[in-house]
Amino acid sequence: MAKLLEVEGLTKSFFGVTVLHEVTFSLDRGEALGLVGENGSGKSTSMNILGGVHQPSAGIMRLEGTDYAPANPRAAMEAGIAFIHQELNLFPNLTIEENLFIDAFPRRSILPLIDRAQIRRRSEELLAQVDLAHKPSTSVSRLSQGERQLVEIAKALSRNARLIIFDEPTTSLTRPEVERLFAIIDRLKARGIGIIYISHALEDVMTVCDHVTVLRDGHVAGGGRTSELDLQKIISMMVGRSIDAIYPERTVKPRPDVVLEVTGLSQPGVAENITFKIHAGEVVGLAGLMGAGRSELARMLFGLDPFLHGTITIDGKELVKPTPQKAMEAGIAFLTEDRRGEGLVMDFSISDNMVLASLEDMAGALGLLDTGRIAKAAREMGASMHLSTTQVDETLVKHLSGGNQQKVVIGKWLRRAPKLFILDEPTRGIDVGAKQEVYRIINRLVEDGSAVLLISSEIEELIGLSDRILTITRGELTGEFARRDFDREAIMTAATGLAGSREAAE
Amino acid sequence: MKASNRAVLMVLQNAPYVLFVVLLIVFGLMSDRFLAFNNFRNIIIQAAPIAILAIGMTFVLLIGHIDLSIGASMYLTASVLAIYLTGLPWPLGLLAVIVMAGVIGAINGAVVTRLGVASFIVTLATLFVLRGIAMWLSNTRTLMFPDPITDLNRTYFLGIPSAITAFILVFAVSWLVLHQTPFGRQVYAVGGDPEAARKAGLPVQRIVFICFVIAGICAGIGGFVSITQIGAVGPKYGDQIEFSAIAAAVLGGVSLFGGRGSVVGTVFGAILIRTVQNGLNIINADPYIYPLVTAAIIFIAVAIDGLRTRIIERLERRTIRPLEAQ
Repeated sequence: MAKLLEVEGLTKSFFGVTVLHEVTFSLDRGEALGLVGENGSGKSTSMNILGGVHQPSAGIMRLEGTDYAPANPRAAMEAGIAFIHQELNLFPNLTIEENLFIDAFPRRSILPLIDRAQIRRRSEELLAQVDLAHKPSTSVSRLSQGERQLVEIAKALSRNARLIIFDEPTTSLTRPEVERLFAIIDRLKARGIGIIYISHALEDVMTVCDHVTVLRDGHVAGGGRTSELDLQKIISMMVGRSIDAIYPERTVKPRPDVVLEVTGLSQPGVAENITFKIHAGEVVGLAGLMGAGRSELARMLFGLDPFLHGTITIDGKELVKPTPQKAMEAGIAFLTEDRRGEGLVMDFSISDNMVLASLEDMAGALGLLDTGRIAKAAREMGASMHLSTTQVDETLVKHLSGGNQQKVVIGKWLRRAPKLFILDEPTRGIDVGAKQEVYRIINRLVEDGSAVLLISSEIEELIGLSDRILTITRGELTGEFARRDFDREAIMTAATGLAGSREAAE
Repeated sequence: MKASNRAVLMVLQNAPYVLFVVLLIVFGLMSDRFLAFNNFRNIIIQAAPIAILAIGMTFVLLIGHIDLSIGASMYLTASVLAIYLTGLPWPLGLLAVIVMAGVIGAINGAVVTRLGVASFIVTLATLFVLRGIAMWLSNTRTLMFPDPITDLNRTYFLGIPSAITAFILVFAVSWLVLHQTPFGRQVYAVGGDPEAARKAGLPVQRIVFICFVIAGICAGIGGFVSITQIGAVGPKYGDQIEFSAIAAAVLGGVSLFGGRGSVVGTVFGAILIRTVQNGLNIINADPYIYPLVTAAIIFIAVAIDGLRTRIIERLERRTIRPLEAQ
């Protein structure tokens, strides 16, 4: 029997630049193929061709043995290919059932009225298939990110999808939601649906997929059965060299002077008696599951959320009733986990974004903005962080890749030379190369004497970068580990709240 | 959520309705004529033209656009009717007004969708153009309408005054269209997230275009109902009425950013505004304070709406550990 999908010699050029060179892969019914590679390696281009957004310059695709050449996204959908994008395509102001049928409502006889009874019945069936325990009449705005994703999957099922493509599906999910997603994917596979799974989270790819294809610079750089590969091998295929030292060497040790001191920070329902210190030149990692209170703690420190008890002190000076403005004046910088929503103005240029947090330094005589100074500052910052473009004045941030966007946000805060830099998931959704750049920036920061609070879901990253790791569960600090006591298992145990008491490491 | 919070939310969620009841009590206490059945029938009749305009405006607001030209469209179509089409029986006159206003809406919609110009600018331009044409045609004279049209104001259909009949018909059809047809649900989708709507393969441009046509048609119907009531139109006719229509919709909970609200709220908003004016009239208030009171009511309702959004946000903030008794 023919394979579900065969892609052979797929080549694509834009304006004479070849971005995809003879890419070949295939998958069977009920199989999951992981597609990995750095940003710009050709994953998106291949998926856009598969989805009918672009037409290939050369190469053929076959779906269950018949030639497949979609002219537009609609043709791809009709051929049974569904996409679940990182940014979900749902309407929060409509109900689940309306979202499922928004482009193809069943009608009552010849009148243009919606057959509500029929969509109710079919929605219930579909929601049962993805284990979503909500009424079809529930507004999507009431659903969590993970539940919304299940609605998208149900939508794909309603179109009788034969192949479902997941693009970074886990970035905004909590761990239990990720587990549930994986269970659903297994069930889809059991029904004979093919899965293409694109992600930077290589552990997830290893868990979910049967095969992996690695792309690099538009070529297939390697691949194979996941059972015969390991992470290190995949990473070296991705970057074209083996990376022994993902985490760059740091030359400085933490200094004795305390930058941040938090005592007894409490807020009903969110945080309970949180006490810790961060020294100059020190990176403190905050480990915890999503929803354990990591981001909430960061938001309180930056004055975004209120707290009832406790004190926050920067360089010995207490921050009384912090607001973001006071926190910034005291020298705190905060990289939020949602760079699209909170960190960047997408329609602004790189330089405009970079100076956004330090505009008052950019004013010349009469308080007017000095564009020359802005451009110069942005160019220097861009060069020091190896931004992909030097056109900092013309390039809009929305045209940058995720990794480069992240560098711009970080650059924006670095301009203020922060005493304390809070980084919430700084490497989420960005490729290995950009990650390393972020790590180098963190090192430079502490070498200059800043304190860093690093929040990450990747334990490896925390272990690789931190001088100390704190664990947080349900709004309470549950453990503290010094660098020499770093142990993956122990940290995970404390972070999941399984260990009872706080382990003193010093 | 605690019971007391829920009660507060209930009140805030239904702020316009609560305001309405409060007004009824206040005016009722100040004048015994206010709460009479006939007075309410008059309020509905007087509210009908604005309510019909506001229903059309709701479609445009739901897709995140705005139409400032409906008042000018009323003036131009009424002028053409009074100058050139006086001999027509009224149903044909109504049809002519609807077709003209619909075409004006189509022009607005076509410019917005084809040229991608902001609807605020496009309809501001058509406002001046239409008003200019109407003044040129009429030489700014006051135009009178023949008896068959003004008689409609005293005509009943199935025992219901004609203005209320038109009001109910427009309301019922628009409710059905918005809530029970694929098109209506797609209007909400486009207003909620135009980009997602495009990706979902919805005909976004066509939906936007049709909403402008609907606003135009409603301007035609609303204009016709109002000329049966006043019998004559002068150069100030329909001036700034688009803002009353927008105010009614916003008062009824329609978002200016699209995707939120319904014609039920809009109709209620129109009646509420009219009730205030009627009440002030009955208690012999100084006419110059009418707009101030109306503005205050709109301001209060919108402020409460903003407050409600903030309170809901606070109440729904995630808690990650059980709340203990402090």
